[in-house]
Amino acid sequence: MEGNLNALTTIFTEFYYWVTIVMMFLIHVGFCTYEVGVSRRRNHLKTLMKNAMAIPLVTVTFYFFGWWIYFGFPNGPGMVPGGLVTAPFAEPWNPLMGTHLSGVNPGETGVTPADAALWHRLNGVFWGAFLLFSITTASIISGSIIERARSGAFWIVAVLIGSVLWILGASWGWHPQGWMVKLWGYHDAYASGVVHAIAGGAALAFLIVLGPRIGKFRPDGTPRDIPPHNVWLVTIGLFLIYTGFWGFYAACNIPLISPATIAGQITGDTWTATNIYLAPTTLSAITFNFLMSLSGGMMAGYIVSKGDPFWTFSLGLCGIISASAGNDLYHPIQALLIGAIVPTICYKLHYFVERRFKIDDAVGAVAVHGYGGFLGVVVAGFMLWGQPSSPYEGFAYINPLGNFAGAVLMFALGFVPTFVVCKILNSMNLLRVPAKVELEGVDFALNHEFEASVREVGTAEKATIK
Amino acid sequence: MSTNGMESWAVDLKDVGAIYPFQGSEVLMVIIGLVFWIGWHVLQTRHENAEIEADMAADRSGDETREAIDRY
Repeated sequence: MEGNLNALTTIFTEFYYWVTIVMMFLIHVGFCTYEVGVSRRRNHLKTLMKNAMAIPLVTVTFYFFGWWIYFGFPNGPGMVPGGLVTAPFAEPWNPLMGTHLSGVNPGETGVTPADAALWHRLNGVFWGAFLLFSITTASIISGSIIERARSGAFWIVAVLIGSVLWILGASWGWHPQGWMVKLWGYHDAYASGVVHAIAGGAALAFLIVLGPRIGKFRPDGTPRDIPPHNVWLVTIGLFLIYTGFWGFYAACNIPLISPATIAGQITGDTWTATNIYLAPTTLSAITFNFLMSLSGGMMAGYIVSKGDPFWTFSLGLCGIISASAGNDLYHPIQALLIGAIVPTICYKLHYFVERRFKIDDAVGAVAVHGYGGFLGVVVAGFMLWGQPSSPYEGFAYINPLGNFAGAVLMFALGFVPTFVVCKILNSMNLLRVPAKVELEGVDFALNHEFEASVREVGTAEKATIK
Repeated sequence: MSTNGMESWAVDLKDVGAIYPFQGSEVLMVIIGLVFWIGWHVLQTRHENAEIEADMAADRSGDETREAIDRY
């Protein structure tokens, strides 16, 4: 009976994560739709392909090394004892990184009975769910740099962010044994910092090195508005991102776990859903808080942007992101207010940074994800002050200083390596298209081929008219 | 001191109730939430009034309006 219950739990968990992966794919449909909507007509195809190709590139690299990084580095660079953690089940050559059942074949190397029992059904779906976070983290940068960045440069940065930096941050601060959780009480349940602040930091670094689009700033340095070519597409894209975020949130939870599985810290027999730190929460909690923080963001966004559709929808997303660090524990009205106040600050910051530092962020990603994620982590440190960060003994309690330091670290983890890589790419003329190509539109050659094909087939068809 | 009263997860979950911060301030939170909601309508109405006034003051000749009608 117990064996069947365990098997049922495993298969339920497997199916649960599989569903989240399917839902999270909508985030990428949304990102592609949204970016194409923002870009001008002469840049559509390259804009679409730049974002879309992040999916396969991050997928293969996350298979090769990203998944292993998550398990290998929870102790950080010597922050807590233990060094590099071995995780054979996450190594790309391990039999558990393929179709596998719960036993161990004779002569099968690198697979222990315990690993086989735990990972045979969960490895692929956990890998997939984390991978979709990875692709999201990379995609966030893509929109900021449209119409002048070289696709190849973005794809290198996408792999860096998606398969190295964010997952390293996750290993440190979004892992049941992560050193930031142990030492600092870092709490970031739905990845305000670990996905959004890292991606926002990386986007800012890319934009600083890349520079603004031609025509973005007037001779006196004040910014011009470059409106989206199709606001409908932009808003549909953001709606799709909202929809996919349900999967993102669900995937941040462990759906069902027994107290005994959590090292016996939680007493009694009541099974529960938990956050990534294995501390109890419920799907109901995140449903309340997701919708209330989204609503706070949209309502504040509508007012602060005077009804602008682009910013109203974007700040709705920012509302979710700004409450995500603590949405496992907030009251819904707290989520509403955090989701309203933080996006208002982010909106103001976007225009301040644009004017003051001449940063041309085409989609406001640094504000929505970077500042929103950063501030969301900081706010959670105050709101959840003194609460246990983990069910395990000896972990620091959640506190403002720990979360502030964590937010800074996450933003810097995205910013610094991306800045260095972009500088190198720029020095090799691989970061930005030439000005002539930017003015022609990055689709120039593709559009010529398209028009030539249209003319040729049209001529052929007309020749058959009798 | 913890904002939700939980000092440790070494508890039996069947004995635990609410775990959100600042329990006991629900009525205050609802009042603040209601003020936020009503305030939104006030601000939105002001904004919409200003927008309509600007629309009314524009296009005295009616040329742009005719063009808008033609564009459907």
